[in-house]
Amino acid sequence: MNDLLLAAAALVLISLAAGFWRVWRGPSMADRMMAAQLVGTGGVAVVMLLAAAGGHWAMLDAALVLALLAAFAAVAFVKARTPEGAGDPEAEEPQDGR
Amino acid sequence: MISTALDLVLVALLVAAALAAVGARGLFAGVVFFVAYGVFVAIAWLRLDAIDVALAEAAIGAGLTGVLLLGAVGHLTRAGAGAPPRRPAIPLALACAGISVMLGWAFLSLPDAPGLQVPVAAALPGSGSTNPVTSVLLNFRAFDTLLESIVLLAVLVGVWALAPDAAWGGRPGLVQRVRPDGVLAGFGRLLPPLGLLVGVYLVWAGTKQPGGAFQGGTVLAAVWLLAAMAGVTRAPRVTSLVLRIALVAGPVLFLAVGMAGALGGSFLGLRPDWAAALVLTIEVGLTLSIASALALLVLGPPERAA
Amino acid sequence: MVADILTGVLVLLGVAGFFAGSVGLLRFPDTHSRLHALTKADNLGLGLIALGLAFQAEGVADILKLALIWALAILAAGTAAQLVARSALEDGASGEEDAP
Repeated sequence: MNDLLLAAAALVLISLAAGFWRVWRGPSMADRMMAAQLVGTGGVAVVMLLAAAGGHWAMLDAALVLALLAAFAAVAFVKARTPEGAGDPEAEEPQDGR
Repeated sequence: MISTALDLVLVALLVAAALAAVGARGLFAGVVFFVAYGVFVAIAWLRLDAIDVALAEAAIGAGLTGVLLLGAVGHLTRAGAGAPPRRPAIPLALACAGISVMLGWAFLSLPDAPGLQVPVAAALPGSGSTNPVTSVLLNFRAFDTLLESIVLLAVLVGVWALAPDAAWGGRPGLVQRVRPDGVLAGFGRLLPPLGLLVGVYLVWAGTKQPGGAFQGGTVLAAVWLLAAMAGVTRAPRVTSLVLRIALVAGPVLFLAVGMAGALGGSFLGLRPDWAAALVLTIEVGLTLSIASALALLVLGPPERAA
Repeated sequence: MVADILTGVLVLLGVAGFFAGSVGLLRFPDTHSRLHALTKADNLGLGLIALGLAFQAEGVADILKLALIWALAILAAGTAAQLVARSALEDGASGEEDAP
């Protein structure tokens, strides 16, 4: 069982290499950011698999923290892209009337 | 066998992410690689059975540095800074390679001893915690931890010193604009209660299993920053009394406990029968200070008058 | 024994979900298609892995933690995808090189 879970963790890590290629290539910033999101989700999966494989269930807390903070980089990213650096991409009209 | 293969894949990804973060075209791609690198470093710490460190890396890497660095890239772009010059930084690369070689040499020349695990395990009863990492941080090497908590304050004073005179007394960070019924506002309301739960849980768990003030405090700081970015809350004024009490709570409580120990014979010594309660008290104070200091460090100095 | 088989099947299906997401990220033609592939396949994969591991958990607390982790990951992925997609729309969607 443990070997299977460790192998699954290794396979998920390998699938994340695709995300790396996308961060490198882009082309748009959104592509790069979403590839980072993929790495975050994959990281959560790997941590869960490691926790179960070793029977170290305390490791789940690391997955909990990663999942809790998974969207933070994306939120900071969309904030930084708005004209004043603090807007919301969903707001219809930026205040400076861009 | 499989476990070795897993480690090899992990190390390959780690090195690839590190090289890509330095060599990527453009600041933004470099920052994104650095965020991914943080996730892999956290997994690597888990492979080394250092769960406490993995928790800290997950909270810092995924929560705070991403927000800090992406905000910095945004600032640079708006300020009209062009792309950094792309010339090979050979002296820097040589210096880094030299440090890596020295670290590798130091690691290989370590004596083949079990380290401090055995004496720490022997002294664990009566230290106030059954998590060896917490015992080391708050009891066996309490002086280092006390100074570290003061360093964090000193750094914040340094950052605040960059504020223009006219802006002093204002609120740090930008004024956030959010669509009231949008996804971001909803996320900002939904996540903080869960984040508060996870942060407090990590502090509480730290006395007997991996976790503690730094991990919990970092999570709380990150969650508070999200609430601020989503417009749910605003940064307090830098002159706010409540804020300043939170900032100094950790070092003050720590020092008070240390002085009480001095009356009993040794500075920062914890009486075994009181140790558990004292460790938890210090942890709670440190959590408040670490959470508020880290959040304010990410926000930077106040830039406009209130 | 049955629990082990269930874990094995669900975890392997979850890994397949991650590979599906990665293929989508690599092969789909434009930014918004890639966003769509990624957020769905990966969170399905994560959910299957969490469900599979729940059969190995030692107590109720661990099962609840697995569920909470998955819920948080879905919430994060949905929010991030929506915000990043909207923000990408402003550059005229697909293709062009990033002027940061």
